[in-house]
Amino acid sequence: MTTTLEHPAYNFNVVRQFTVMTVIWGIFGTALGVLIAAQLIWPALNFETPWLTYSRLRPLHTNVVIFAFGTSALFATSYYVVQRTCKSVLFGGKLVAFTFWGWQAVIVLAIITLPMGYTSSKEYAELEWPIDILIAVVWISYAIVFFGTLVKRNTSHIYVANWFFGGFILTVAVLHIGNSMVIPVSMFKSYSIYSGAIDAMMQWWYGHNAVGFLLTAGFLGMMYYFVPKQAERPVYSYRLSIVHFWALISLYIWAGPHHLHYTALPDWAQSVGMVMSIVLFLPSWGGMINGIMTLSGAWHKLRYDPILRFLIVSLSFYGMSTFEGPMMAIKSVNALSHYTDWTIGHVHSGALGWVAMVTIGAMYHLIPVLFNQGRMYSTRLINVHFWLHTSGIVLYIVAMWISGVMQGLMWRAVNTDGTLTYSFVESLVASKPFYFMRFVGGVLVVIGFLLMAYNMYKTVYAKDNSLKPLEIS
Amino acid sequence: MSSFWSIWITVLTLGTLVGCYLLLNYCLKNFAGVEEGEPTGHVFDGIEELNNPLPKWWSTFFLLTIIWGFGYLLLYPGLGNFQGLLGWKSSNQGILNLSESKASIANAKAAGMLVQYDREVAAAGEKYGPIFDAYAERKIIDLATANDDEATSARKVGQRLYLQNCSQCHGSDARGATGFPNLADKDWLYGGSPEMIKATLIHGRKANGMIAWSAALGGEQGVKEVTAYVLSLSGREVDTKAAEAGKVKFAMCAACHGSEGKGSDAMGIALGAPNLTDNIWLYGGSPRAVEMSIANGRAGVMPAWDKILGEQKIHVISAYIYSLSHE
Repeated sequence: MTTTLEHPAYNFNVVRQFTVMTVIWGIFGTALGVLIAAQLIWPALNFETPWLTYSRLRPLHTNVVIFAFGTSALFATSYYVVQRTCKSVLFGGKLVAFTFWGWQAVIVLAIITLPMGYTSSKEYAELEWPIDILIAVVWISYAIVFFGTLVKRNTSHIYVANWFFGGFILTVAVLHIGNSMVIPVSMFKSYSIYSGAIDAMMQWWYGHNAVGFLLTAGFLGMMYYFVPKQAERPVYSYRLSIVHFWALISLYIWAGPHHLHYTALPDWAQSVGMVMSIVLFLPSWGGMINGIMTLSGAWHKLRYDPILRFLIVSLSFYGMSTFEGPMMAIKSVNALSHYTDWTIGHVHSGALGWVAMVTIGAMYHLIPVLFNQGRMYSTRLINVHFWLHTSGIVLYIVAMWISGVMQGLMWRAVNTDGTLTYSFVESLVASKPFYFMRFVGGVLVVIGFLLMAYNMYKTVYAKDNSLKPLEIS
Repeated sequence: MSSFWSIWITVLTLGTLVGCYLLLNYCLKNFAGVEEGEPTGHVFDGIEELNNPLPKWWSTFFLLTIIWGFGYLLLYPGLGNFQGLLGWKSSNQGILNLSESKASIANAKAAGMLVQYDREVAAAGEKYGPIFDAYAERKIIDLATANDDEATSARKVGQRLYLQNCSQCHGSDARGATGFPNLADKDWLYGGSPEMIKATLIHGRKANGMIAWSAALGGEQGVKEVTAYVLSLSGREVDTKAAEAGKVKFAMCAACHGSEGKGSDAMGIALGAPNLTDNIWLYGGSPRAVEMSIANGRAGVMPAWDKILGEQKIHVISAYIYSLSHE
């Protein structure tokens, strides 16, 4: 019997660190979301305290879910996947640990500065310039580690998951540095070097591609490893992965102007943004088809494997929101949907449905591997988590669809004399029941995350190899 | 934009779409070196990849969106300076003032452009204009008090316009808030006649007369004394000694508020100096709030609405506002 490993001893320490933090930030980020959802129903919940007000906690919620939860998950999975699919240890030595501690420092600084009211006021890029510099340094280190590992790989080809991870890392660096160009006036105040409509365009070029590259391309990378791995099936189509990867990254970067329809942005930019958003629809779906079709011949596994259920349902939500997105980018649809809760519903079908579910699935796959176990402590709890999370999302999205479309219709309703039928506050009153429904959905999601944390704790602290894989009859 | 940027945008935009088409076309062919449906031979950590063809419906649909993209960019502005065959514009962008706007509308008309915003405004004017023309022919006081159908509906229109444009500051019931006058009572800063209400709405008001008086009154002590006197005017219980001292200093206030403190409106002047004897307090009537007003001054602003709403709508809103205190 030979004992030589087919691969070097991978660096899983950093993967473990990011994995644990993903779950912790998941709880924190979604719990914050529930708090601010509750504030929209019971405003007294800000306790008249400035740092607990909606205006300061909402950016903290988005920063924590995107950059703490989502990005920690991307760090964990990209470091894991790039090593295993390249048969190569992470490049960069101490730089690897720096990316972990540096990134956690960014998050802690966000948690301190945002409630204090320090903000650049750019959505999803609220952090002030000293933190922006730290982000840039950590991100470039991340790129060095990731691409360094790719360069010294021991395989001839580069696996498709790594194309997506690489694309996302490079583009996010460019976006972050481009949009965060400011002139500091003090330690915690700065002004954008761009002005007016150009500033708005830069912001949404960044904002939409934070969604496009971080929350889409990055998580497609995750999907391309964990779906075939969990399903134990080959990837459906190599050629589809090529065409949808290149089309997705070249089209996404144009889509930002659809956030600025009917504004001071020049017409040409609005048209180009809308055209590219619509052409983007099919390339986005390429990923869904490749993921779901990978299951052909393994559909029966959905009956007993809740991890696979998380992954496949995440792809369904991905398909739904990447259809909804191009549709909302059409100017005449946007005229109804813009500035309403529909947008919030769309974002959460992407964030809770796609991003969180593919992450949760990947984490449940990863945790036992990283902590020398054959399976998670409780498969039943994973299943309960799945149903809690799914029902939570459905409640959330349906509530926001109804509320959003209703707001859009109420705002544009006119009487026979041309005056608006409803005042703004009437649309708020009409939305209130749906805000409650959304709150309930959010609570279910948080409970699910708490179960996950418990399950993780029991798995991590179980005796090595004491949890054996379940025998499937 | 300059022709350089116009070409830059055009080339990149068309290049991206053409690139997508070529990419799709390339991947429709089997270049993987193995039969369709077979594994490609790459294995990554145990994961294989199949060489399945692109789903037909998917590639067809993708191609259709690309073709549609070219079509849209042909019809609408998108490719740099090319305006599109339809001559469509969302609005007259880059306009800085009313005269530029008028010129731009005229230019667009002369050039046969379809400016969506102008068209919508014109259509609305045509459809709803006659209703407001009819209201404009009647006096405000008539619209505010008459009980015929037209006057009743005018007040409803006025209420809706009020809720849309005014309620943010003055409240949905028009009873005001700290710093924003109650419009449903008979206490008026700038006069409550229909004409004065309309003038206030059209031109706005700027109450810059109430400067910070702290220094002129000799600091905190003086402010407290005047406060005591002012509060005594509406019958509040105050320290009589302080009020006596304040009465002397009140001479400085009398220029605007009148020697009896009944405010500028009582004198028939539109100065906006409130009546201090009626126990109605724009900025709060607690001793502390009145001290703040005297020591630091107040500068309330009512924006001018003529450019936003136009005279005809203001006419109708004025009738609604007037009716609130004359029901």
